[in-house]
Amino acid sequence: MAEKAVNKEKKGRIPMPEQDPKVRARNFLEVPTGYTPKMAQEEASRCLQCKKPACVQGCPVGVDIPGFIDLLSQGDLTGAIRNLWSKNALPAVCGRVCPQESQCEGQCILGKKGEAVAIGNLERFCADYERENGTGELPPKAAPTGKKVAVVGSGPSGLTVAGDLIVKGHDVTIFEAFHKPGGVLVYGIPEFRLPKAIVAQEVNFLERLGVKVVCNAVVGKTVSLDELFEEGFDAIYIGVGAGLPRFMNIPGENLVGILSANEYLTRANLMKAYKYPEVDTPIPLGKNVTVLGAGNVAMDAARTAMRLGAESVKIVYRRSREEMPARGAEIHHAEEEGIELFLLTNPTKYIGNDNGRLIGMECLKMELGEPDASGRRRPVAIKGSEFEIETDLCIVAVGSGANPLLTAETPKIQLNKWGNIHADEKNGKTTMKGVWAGGDIVTGAATVILAMGAGRQAADSMHEYLTLGW
Amino acid sequence: MFKIVRREEMAEGTVILNEIEAPLIAKKAKPGQFIILKANEEGERIPLTMAETNPEKGTVTIIYMVVGKSTALFRDMKVGDVFQDVIGPLGKATHIEKVGKVICVGGGTGVAVLHPITRALKEIGNDVTCIIGARNKSLLILEEQMKAASNDLRICTDDGSYGHHGFVTEVMKEVLQQGDVKLVVGIGPVPMMKAVSNITKEFNVPTMVSLNPIMVDGTGMCGGCRVSVGGETKFACVDGPEFDGHLVDYDELIMRLRAYQEEEKKCHSDYCTIRDAK
Ligand SMILES: Cc1cc2nc3c(=O)[nH]c(=O)nc-3n(C[C@H](O)[C@H](O)[C@H](O)COP(=O)(O)OP(=O)(O)OC[C@H]3O[C@@H](n4cnc5c(N)ncnc54)[C@H](O)[C@@H]3O)c2cc1C
Ligand SMILES: Cc1cc2nc3c(=O)[nH]c(=O)nc-3n(C[C@H](O)[C@H](O)[C@H](O)COP(=O)(O)OP(=O)(O)OC[C@H]3O[C@@H](n4cnc5c(N)ncnc54)[C@H](O)[C@@H]3O)c2cc1C
Ligand code: SF4
Ligand code: SF4
Ligand code: FES
Ligand SMILES: [Mg+2]
Repeated sequence: MAEKAVNKEKKGRIPMPEQDPKVRARNFLEVPTGYTPKMAQEEASRCLQCKKPACVQGCPVGVDIPGFIDLLSQGDLTGAIRNLWSKNALPAVCGRVCPQESQCEGQCILGKKGEAVAIGNLERFCADYERENGTGELPPKAAPTGKKVAVVGSGPSGLTVAGDLIVKGHDVTIFEAFHKPGGVLVYGIPEFRLPKAIVAQEVNFLERLGVKVVCNAVVGKTVSLDELFEEGFDAIYIGVGAGLPRFMNIPGENLVGILSANEYLTRANLMKAYKYPEVDTPIPLGKNVTVLGAGNVAMDAARTAMRLGAESVKIVYRRSREEMPARGAEIHHAEEEGIELFLLTNPTKYIGNDNGRLIGMECLKMELGEPDASGRRRPVAIKGSEFEIETDLCIVAVGSGANPLLTAETPKIQLNKWGNIHADEKNGKTTMKGVWAGGDIVTGAATVILAMGAGRQAADSMHEYLTLGW
Repeated sequence: MFKIVRREEMAEGTVILNEIEAPLIAKKAKPGQFIILKANEEGERIPLTMAETNPEKGTVTIIYMVVGKSTALFRDMKVGDVFQDVIGPLGKATHIEKVGKVICVGGGTGVAVLHPITRALKEIGNDVTCIIGARNKSLLILEEQMKAASNDLRICTDDGSYGHHGFVTEVMKEVLQQGDVKLVVGIGPVPMMKAVSNITKEFNVPTMVSLNPIMVDGTGMCGGCRVSVGGETKFACVDGPEFDGHLVDYDELIMRLRAYQEEEKKCHSDYCTIRDAK
C-alpha cells in the first residue's frame, strides 16, 4: 500500500487544456476547455483514497471527494455525479469557481510534498459529462406536502434551497429581481469563466422538477414578505446576496468613466453589452483601464476590459501580492493575458477633463507596516510618493455590502451593524417567524460554496418547520 | 406577459403613450414611482415614470419621448405586442402633504411625470398652480388632464404659438412674486429644473425635482445612477428619484447623462436605417 502511494506521489497533476493567452485575451469563450475522459481517469488515479481524507475537511459542504473520485476511476460516471449531487447541487459551477487552493485541494495530502489532486477539475468533468451525455433523469420526489415555500433571490444560495425543498415535496417559487435567474453566476462572473448556458441548464433542471421561477419581482417593492405570507406561503428564504457597491469616497468619483464593478459586469454579462451594438446596452470601452481591488471581482473586471479591446489594464491594489484575495488561477490567468499589477498603490484622487470625463488618477505608494486586526500587515502611505496614472476607465471593485432595499421594508428582521441579516448560524433562522436567510446577505460577500452550504442548512431547518413547526 | 392594451401618439408622434398590463405593479404603485422596461432579449433596461395606474384593470401607463434606439423600438410596438420584462414599482413615492399654495412646473415629457403628483397634491387639499411648457403648441401634452388636476393651469410656448410666449420659469417667477408659495415641484429637462431651482432659491421656497440619471437595475446594486445632492453621493433609483432641488449638482448630472452619447447616436441611426429598409 505504502509503495503504491509513493508511486502515485511522483506523478504530476494533469493540467487542464486552456485557450492560448494571446487568443483568449480578446474573446469571451471559456478559458480552460476541460479534461478529456482519458485525462480525467489519469488524474483520478492519482488520488490515494485516504482513509481519513483531509480534503473533505477543506470542503465547506463536505463533498465525499475520495468517493466520487473512486466512482470516476471505475468509469461509473452516473454514480460519481449522484455522489457529488448528494452534497453539492451545482458541481459544474463549483468545479469552476471554488477557491480550491484554500479549500479542498489546499488540504489534500498530496499537496504537502507535490501537487494536490485536481479535485475541482474532476468535479467539473463529472458535471459536464453528465450534462452532455447523461440521461437527464430527474431525482425522485417525495409526495406533495401541500406546503408553499418562497425563495427570494436566485443566486447559488436560493437555487440550493429551491432544489432541496422541491424534492422533499414542497411547492417552491423563486422570486428574482432581475429579468434572468442565477444571481452573481449570471450578472457577475463572466462567460469566459462560467458559461451562462451552464447556469441556465441548472435553473432549467429545477424548473423540470417543478420549481416556479418568477423574474422581475423585486421583493420589498413588487411584493412584501407579509404579502407573500398573506398569499399563502408557509415559509420564506432570503438569499438576496451582497448587492450594494462600495466606492472609495475620494474626490472626483462621479466623473464619467468611473463605474462600480457591479455596473460594469452587469452591463457586460447580464446585458451582453460585449456584443454591442448587436444588443442595445452600451458599455464604456476604455483605452487605459484601471481596476481598483484585487479579489475575484477585480480580476473578472480587468479581464473583461482586456477582452473589450483595452490597450492596457492595470490592477491597482494597496497591499502586496500575498494579500490579494482572488483565486490563484484567476491572478495567474490575468497576468498571462497581459494585465499589469500595480501593488502597494493607493488611489487618492481622480482627474477629469472639462467634459467631466476621467483622464487620470493620482496614487500614493504604500509600504507594509504592523499587522492590523485581520492579521495582515497594514499598508502605510509613503510620504511624497504621489504619482499619476493615465486612465480613461476605472472600475471600482473594492467590495460590496448589504443592499437595504428588502430589509428596510421589513423591520421584523434584525440586522447587524453592517446591515447584514442576523440569522442563526446553525439553521439560518431570522428574527421573523417563518423566514430564513443565508448566503452573502448574512455573511457579507463570500463564496458560491458557502452560499450553497448556508442554503442547504436552511433547507433542512425549513423542512423540519414545515413538517413539525418553528 | 406585459401586453400593450392602449397606444396613443402625442406631440406630432414624438411622444408615445402605452398602457400596459402589469397587475402586480399597478396594485402597489404610488405617484412619483417608476418602472423599468425591456422590450426583447437584446433590449436595454429603460426607466420610465408611471403617468397613470389602474389597479382594478391591472394596468400602468407610460408616456415617453422618442429620443434614441430603445424608445424608437417602443414606439414601433403595437397594441397587443408585449414587453418581455417590466419591473417595479421602483424608487420612493412622492411625499404628498398639505402645505397650502403649491406650484407644479413641467416641461417636455416631465409633464407626464408631474401629472399624478399634481393630482395627488390637489386631492389632499393644496391650492395648486400648474405651469407647463413646450417648444410650440403642437408639442404640448396632457393639457386637459393637467387642467383637471390643478386649480389653475398656465401654458407657455417657446415660440408664442399658444399661451405665454416664453419660458415656464418666467411665469413661475410671477406667481412666486405674489407670495405665500409653500412648495414648488419642478420636473422636466435638467436645464429647466436647474433654472427653476435657481429662482426658487432666491424666493426661499422649498423645491422638489425628479432626477433621471442613466440607470441599469433600478434597485441600488450598480451605482450607475449616482447623483450629488448637498455634497453627498446618492443613488437616484433608491434614494430618489425626487430630491431637494436646491442641493442638486445639475452640471454633474448633465455630464453623466452624456456618458454614452456617441454610442447611442450610432445605435439609433443603425436602427432607423435597418427599419426603414424593411
Ligand atoms: C464578479 C464576481 C466574481 C466572483 N467570483 C467568485 C469565484 O470565483 N468563486 C466563488 O466562490 N465566489 C465568487 N464570487 C462570490 C459569489 O458569487 C457569491 O458569494 C455568491 O454568488 C453569493 O450567493 P447568494 O446566493 O448569496 O447571492 P447572489 O449570487 O448575489 O444572488 C442574489 C440574487 O438575489 C437577487 N435579489 C436581490 N435583491 C432582491 C429582492 N429584493 N427581490 C428579489 N431578488 C433579489 C439578486 O438580483 C440576485 O440574483 C464572485 C462574486 C462576484 C460579484
Ligand atoms: C427615473 C426615470 C424616469 C424617467 N421617466 C421618463 C418618462 O416618464 N418619460 C420620458 O420620456 N423619459 C423618461 N426618462 C428618461 C428615459 O429613460 C430616457 O429617455 C431613455 O432611457 C432613452 O433611451 P433611448 O435608448 O431611447 O435613447 P438613447 O439614445 O440611448 O439615450 C438618449 C439619452 O437618454 C439618456 N439615457 C440613455 N439610457 C438611459 C437609461 N438606461 N436610463 C436613463 N436614461 C438613459 C441619456 O442621457 C442619453 O443620452 C426617465 C428616466 C429616469 C431615470
Ligand atoms: S465544492 Fe468546492 S471546495 Fe468542495 S470539493 Fe468541490 S471544488 Fe472543492
Ligand atoms: S486528500 Fe487528496 S489523495 Fe487523499 S483522498 Fe483527498 S484528494 Fe485523494
Ligand atoms: S440604477 Fe443601479 S443603483 Fe440605481
Ligand atoms: Mg439607449
